Amino acid sequence: MENYDIVIIGGGPAGLAAAVSARENGVERIVILERDRELGGILNQCIHNGFGLHTFKEELTGPEYAARFISQAADLGIEYRLNTMVTDISPKKTVTAVNCEEGLFEIQAKAVILAMGCRERPRGALNIPGYRPAGIFSAGTAQRLVNIEGYLPGREVVILGSGDIGLIMARRMTLEGAKVKVVAELMPYSGGLKRNIVQCLDDYGIPLKLSHTVVDIKGKERLEGVTLAEVDEKGKPIPGTQEFYSCDTLLLSVGLIPENELSIGMGVELNPVTSGPRVNESLETNIEGVFACGNVLHVHDLVDFVSEEAKTAGKNAARYVQERSIILIPGEGVRYTVPEKICVKRMEERLTVRFRVGKVYKNCYVSVYFGKERVIHRKKAVAAPGEMEEIALTKEQLMSGPNLETITIKIEEA
Amino acid sequence: MDKYDVVIIGAGVSGSAAARELSRYEIKACVLEKEEDVCCGTSKANSGIVHAGYDAPTGSLKAQMNLRGNELMEPLAKELDIPFIRNGSLVICRSREDLPRLEALYERGVSNGVKGLRILSREEVLEKERNISEDVYAALYAPTGGIVCPFELNIALAENANVNGVEFYFRTEVKDIERYEEGYRVITNQGVFETKYVVNAAGVYADQFHNMVSAQKISITARRGDYCLLDKSAGAHVKNTIFTLPGKFGKGILVAPTAHGNLILGPTAIDIQDKEGTNTTGEGLEQVMKNAGMNVKDLPMRQIITSFAGLRAHEDGDEFIIEEIFDAPGFIDCAGIESPGLTSCPAIGERIAGIIKEKMGLREKEDFISERKGILKPETLSREERAALIRENPAYGNIICRCEMITEGEIVEAIRRPLGAKSLDGVKRRTRAGMGRCQAGFCSPRTMEILAREQKTDIRKVTKSGGASYLVVGTNKDIF
Repeated sequence: MENYDIVIIGGGPAGLAAAVSARENGVERIVILERDRELGGILNQCIHNGFGLHTFKEELTGPEYAARFISQAADLGIEYRLNTMVTDISPKKTVTAVNCEEGLFEIQAKAVILAMGCRERPRGALNIPGYRPAGIFSAGTAQRLVNIEGYLPGREVVILGSGDIGLIMARRMTLEGAKVKVVAELMPYSGGLKRNIVQCLDDYGIPLKLSHTVVDIKGKERLEGVTLAEVDEKGKPIPGTQEFYSCDTLLLSVGLIPENELSIGMGVELNPVTSGPRVNESLETNIEGVFACGNVLHVHDLVDFVSEEAKTAGKNAARYVQERSIILIPGEGVRYTVPEKICVKRMEERLTVRFRVGKVYKNCYVSVYFGKERVIHRKKAVAAPGEMEEIALTKEQLMSGPNLETITIKIEEA
Repeated sequence: MDKYDVVIIGAGVSGSAAARELSRYEIKACVLEKEEDVCCGTSKANSGIVHAGYDAPTGSLKAQMNLRGNELMEPLAKELDIPFIRNGSLVICRSREDLPRLEALYERGVSNGVKGLRILSREEVLEKERNISEDVYAALYAPTGGIVCPFELNIALAENANVNGVEFYFRTEVKDIERYEEGYRVITNQGVFETKYVVNAAGVYADQFHNMVSAQKISITARRGDYCLLDKSAGAHVKNTIFTLPGKFGKGILVAPTAHGNLILGPTAIDIQDKEGTNTTGEGLEQVMKNAGMNVKDLPMRQIITSFAGLRAHEDGDEFIIEEIFDAPGFIDCAGIESPGLTSCPAIGERIAGIIKEKMGLREKEDFISERKGILKPETLSREERAALIRENPAYGNIICRCEMITEGEIVEAIRRPLGAKSLDGVKRRTRAGMGRCQAGFCSPRTMEILAREQKTDIRKVTKSGGASYLVVGTNKDIF
């Protein structure tokens, strides 16, 4: 099995910024596992501008913003694997992944950074009634088809949901030659940024209908039209307000859900409101050494804040790896040790470990194992429970093995 | 067109089961299907339940087919390599006043020959299922109840029939049927099929074909049922299939795990005029959610990933019609196949093949292939086997559907198999790619790409479900 200090799940903006930050904070062995064909995550399909005002003090497109971090990561020599799907992470941080070249493989991590992003809520999450023809896409899927593949999903469009992706796609579809008839929003306010309403709807004369939803979908093969209705304060359609819009495409921008299936699998606790992990000030989850950042933690509206958050997660993961404690195990004949853990980074140059033996030994050895390797083997004429024993460890000694996890002290008879 | 011994109309689960049973014999048979794939009508949108058999009146054909189908399903599932789980079922009774009706159901089950039926007390129910609503009074427990994947069952039956020589014609819609001295001329949009026997397994349209050849008319009403499907994270909410004590319209709203570990709620029962009316309605979905919650508590409705509607072929006589029509010799009806139709299909196939075998004096084939291996699922392999598979074919290392963890290798196999997938829905029903919690949001562009590559066509020709269900209509700025 391969060993890394930090394994980062996801090579989007969060994963990239976390990796850069962890490296800048001194961690060498880092790998990013990315399921898509390239780094950058969803930014690659966000070809509009408006990214990076906080981070870079200039306005970039999504791919440009991603490229900045990708080149930083490249300059720092951070390893990554593409087309690689993580299928499982164990609570002990063994990451199982699969790709075409290496097949199914495992990596042992000292720290894990969760940066899997989020997915779009599908039609079913809203239980929109009607037929199930072709032509109903989540806005992000349509964005990928248009911006990455170059295909137009349809020519007459209704958009449900005024989240940012929905608004951005209203403009994009218009620019690519489609007619966007209306954007409907269930809530009495828009879920997107004000600037997107102005720049993506108002500038193109696309009406936004607040407190409206889709109550019927018509068309057996390809979508033929949708019925909108106004809703009351409980979100229920008001009878008599139905209005039919003929269209061949319905785009759904009805919310994002953090993708935490892997987190749940390894035992990470989630917050029911965000659907992301519960974290402390270091962005560390309930599992020690497992950090989360970006949209997997909570859905953001600005990527700049994702980068900032990921930087914190990367730095704290680095600190965790560096300050990680070595466990002292009382082996055969040894009842306990003080201390039980050693943080190499914080320890003095020299540390005395004290312990007691369980019975009277004559002509024995006090042995110390770093992992499975015996490093001290000291002869003792007599050792007894009534007399406290000690051994000395130096910082230099403990730094020599970067993967040292446990030290066992035991009594070996001659 | 060639002359056939048997033409089967409809590649749903009944038609496919009949085709598979007939393929045991020396016979020239074909299946005509108006859609682009098997399993496109009633067979694709139902509860996936293998009923124990206490619902239908004792002595009815429904009861007989149900019991026999239930018995045959397990060995059939093994032979065809499809998921089947005998998870048991509970009919929930919530008040003392209803107990006599529950007892009547028990009695009927016993006289139908259902094994292992027991009436459980409230405590016994709650011990068996921790999420049953607190106001349960008693329940009828049927250990022989089960669940099956309806798609895989239908697809496997058709595939196996095809491997054994039955021809399938898709996008072939029957327009008329004429009698002539040697049998029937089946007139379709793709030409005329001459045949000695016709099997009418046309689901909600079976009345139309029956009425073309018989003076004694039948009438089939499409009875629509809305369903909600929940994410796999909710799949263990109940272990048994949970039914409501039946009322006038079928068995009420059930809550059940699916063979793939989701949770299904439904169906409603609304009689409609449109035989293609598979649209869900707001009221229907609301009713599903409300009624499902009466028997089962704390249903995580936020985990609904999709909803859909299916049509049952309800015949006025409320009974299966599986027989040669008395005034149309050689024309065999398989009509009115509503619940427990899926359960019954192995028995229905057997019965139809039996009728034709006897009339024609069919001989068994020596080279009948009874076993079918399903699409290779890397998930089911050991780590070493999976690694070896990916070395041999790297496409099994390329995960396309993240939610269900389906690889490119599986999708390619689904397309290349006999009667392979032609569309996104075809791929979905064979592999589950796109059936998970994101409902194809991430994988559909990539599956479209694979379909286009395999079919050597342009991505603009790729459809969701055949016909005009195109997914993309052009390229960016093509109108300027």
